[in-house]
Amino acid sequence: MKRRDFIKISGAAALAAACAPKGSQGAKVSDEGPGEMVYRTNPNNGDKVSLLGFGCMRWPMVRNAEGRSVIDQEAVNEMVDYAIEHGINYFDTSPAYLQGQSEMAAGIALSRHPREKYYIATKLSNFNNQTPEASIKMYHDSFEQLKTDYFDYYLLHAIGSGGVAAFRQRYVQNGMMEFLVKEREAGRIRNLGFSFHGSPSEFDSLIAMHDSGEYHFDFVQIEMNYVDWNHADGRRNANASYLYEELDKRGIPIVIMEPLLGGRLANVPEGIARQMKQREPDKSVASWAFRFCGSHERVLCTLSGMTNMDPLVENVQTFSHFRPMTEEELEFMEEMAVQMTEYPMINCTDCKYCMPCPWGIDIPGTFQHYNRCITEGTYAQSQEQKNYRKLKRAYLVSYDRAIATVRQADHCISCGECLSHCPQSIPIPAQLNRIAKYIESLKQDTL
Amino acid sequence: MLKKLRVVLAIVFWVGITLLLLDFSGVLHHWLGWMAKLQFLPALLALNVGAVFFLVLLTLVFGRVYCSVICPLGVLQDGISWLGTRKSKAPYKYKKELKWLRYGVWALFVIALIAGVQVFVALLAPYSAYGRMVQNLLQPLYLWGNNFFAYLAEKAGSYAFYPREVWIRSLPTFIIAAVMLVIIVVLSFKGGRTYCNTICPVGTTLSFLSRFAAFRPVIDTEKCKKCKSCEIHCKAQCISIGKEEQKIDYSRCVDCFNCLDTCKFGGLKYRFVWGKSKKSAQKEDDKGRRAFFAGTAIAVGSAALKGIEARAQEADKKVDGGFADVLPKQAPKREIPITPPGSLGARNFYRRCTACQLCVAECPNHVLRPSSRLEHLMQPEMSFEKGYCRPECTRCGELCPAGAILPISKEVKTNFHLGTAGVDVNLCLEATGKSKCGKCAQACPTGAIMMVDDGEHRRPVVAEEVCIGCGKCEYLCPVRPISAITVNGKEVHV
Repeated sequence: MKRRDFIKISGAAALAAACAPKGSQGAKVSDEGPGEMVYRTNPNNGDKVSLLGFGCMRWPMVRNAEGRSVIDQEAVNEMVDYAIEHGINYFDTSPAYLQGQSEMAAGIALSRHPREKYYIATKLSNFNNQTPEASIKMYHDSFEQLKTDYFDYYLLHAIGSGGVAAFRQRYVQNGMMEFLVKEREAGRIRNLGFSFHGSPSEFDSLIAMHDSGEYHFDFVQIEMNYVDWNHADGRRNANASYLYEELDKRGIPIVIMEPLLGGRLANVPEGIARQMKQREPDKSVASWAFRFCGSHERVLCTLSGMTNMDPLVENVQTFSHFRPMTEEELEFMEEMAVQMTEYPMINCTDCKYCMPCPWGIDIPGTFQHYNRCITEGTYAQSQEQKNYRKLKRAYLVSYDRAIATVRQADHCISCGECLSHCPQSIPIPAQLNRIAKYIESLKQDTL
Repeated sequence: MLKKLRVVLAIVFWVGITLLLLDFSGVLHHWLGWMAKLQFLPALLALNVGAVFFLVLLTLVFGRVYCSVICPLGVLQDGISWLGTRKSKAPYKYKKELKWLRYGVWALFVIALIAGVQVFVALLAPYSAYGRMVQNLLQPLYLWGNNFFAYLAEKAGSYAFYPREVWIRSLPTFIIAAVMLVIIVVLSFKGGRTYCNTICPVGTTLSFLSRFAAFRPVIDTEKCKKCKSCEIHCKAQCISIGKEEQKIDYSRCVDCFNCLDTCKFGGLKYRFVWGKSKKSAQKEDDKGRRAFFAGTAIAVGSAALKGIEARAQEADKKVDGGFADVLPKQAPKREIPITPPGSLGARNFYRRCTACQLCVAECPNHVLRPSSRLEHLMQPEMSFEKGYCRPECTRCGELCPAGAILPISKEVKTNFHLGTAGVDVNLCLEATGKSKCGKCAQACPTGAIMMVDDGEHRRPVVAEEVCIGCGKCEYLCPVRPISAITVNGKEVHV
């Protein structure tokens, strides 16, 4: 080990040690000791990838001197240091994440470590301008932002919706596929894959290109968790079990996104949490969701968008003492998933792809607040309820606290700009409208 | 003893009315609303016979205790003059009544009242002046305090407090309230009840009765040692202890009873004195008043018709997260101001309202604010930049002590036609083809707005007879800073 690296790493360790008490929340760490991160081997090239990957989409934001929202780089450095120290070696970002700041923050934090210690995954997020010039510029910018000269994993960002036709428009007609395949040959892209949101038939048509040999995909990123396994919501999204089996059949490594559904599976309704706690009193609700994902052998990496040290420390624990689920436990998860679907939650994962709404509505904030009230049971359903007044006040006051008045659901004009951006295919204006109506009925006592 | 009773009652009233003027939660007026309804001028304008009769009787029997107990401006002055004179051994001395000023102002006031020059009436009315001071100067502090508790409550996960925006609703009214406070402080700090006895028209009105009050402080000339102790403690400066004559000007005495305790010789008694004079009370009966002056309308705000640029500029690269800027709304210029539901229209509203700001302080939707128009200065009007007149709220009517806004039920409220919405097709997103919208039509609680196709674009049209002027469309219209659909008032609500 070089001297400089030693200083870096020991510094990180010291930092991590300083942070550990605040992050550990209880006795989990000391109970089981440090443990050993689980790695999966990429059959294509032998990459040893940590089963827990760091999603760089939910890092903490702070306001800078000019009042702009910027990434809290200090916090990011601290987390990345801790993550690498504890064996996490897969970092997934995109030029679009966090108002376009994620790649740069990842670059700053990661470049403080030796490049061979981690894998970088980023994406071609050419949602708006799909000309070859803009797309190639985006590709080159990512190198600069991430301070690297190669990407370990490179993804075509969020394809599926619109099927092959949309795929061809975004990547084939502008020559980007040809370009990227050449980049792969040149070694600047070590693995080329795509992230998928869409229906089974859209998936079939895309994977058919792989089968026919038109394009070879080295890996695929899918949304997977115990709810989406058999109960994918959204009107057209494929079940994760279907996608998994199709990819497994072809031996394609799978990277998982949304293992917690944007945090919703870390904070489940009380009735469900109780059943989990009954089985494993010392384990968090989120750990069940992670174990579910990791228990599937074809999974190369499970991405978690960790916002602060608390979930990071906890998740490192889960994957450092990893126990694959038994058949019986997998059945239990299916039962929990069925129970989850009985709650009228909105399938928002807080990915913020819909944002910024041109009219200033806080779409994910509104949905998160709504879901939280359902999860916590602070959701008035009828005036006949005995604590209706209390629930009404709780909903209205917490809503005003969560969302500024001018960004609330009643201001949505149903322009539909957001619809095409939502990977969950939530009918956003209709849902906002429904929430606005619910709030009206609370205010007017006509529930 | 009497003084203590007066002080206690005065504090109760003063605290009660002040809280009433500070409260925004809509809870207190159930308990304290009667205190505002007992204020003389509002009660008179509301033709609140019970309250006026009670106050006339009260004054005829006990003198101007109204000025010492019920009137919050009077109690405020007592507090200020107590601060200003507490170190002084001889704070006051007898002053002659400034007749020309006192009766001159009163005459002008009565003329203004009859002629409907409500600005002048509102300016001098003591309770209204006090209300403006509290709403403009004290309520912000109260709200900041509340917001601090709301912040703590949020940290503690409690819903006991919620924050409320603090903003100046009308700069002219704010300045008038501040200037009035300065005048009151200056006059009363060393001068006691100078305002009440030279300017206040309510004080002068009551003085016509108090001269003949049944109970009055009376100097027993036999016992009086002419030490002037009572004179130098009389904050109304109405006791004259001369060598030959010792007298009290009952037109100016506010029955504070300070003099009673200061006399060491038992020379002053508060006692029944009737039997020598007859009442010739001058009454302020409701007289036929003419319609208000139609003054020249002044332009309200800078209605800069700037095109809306609220949409985030289309960047080449779509990035996730963040918020588009939302410009604050500006009030449009309204030909006819919108008066609150229950006011029945401009005629009733403007001739009764004394601009006490009680409804402004209370309005939970930030709709009511004092007018900046010269002819209705300080009297409230409605505007919808921060909210609209919500169907379930009837608080202003429940509170108004002057009968300018009558109490109405929710069901009746939505039948009143306060104003009519109108569309500016040059601003409308749909009519100009800028975006799909239809928000106003979708939001309208009475279904008065529909989208019609003019061949090229859709545009909203308003069914005037169905529109009630609640302002929901104007509030929710995405066009900023001036909405594309705005409400104009109606002279008569039907």
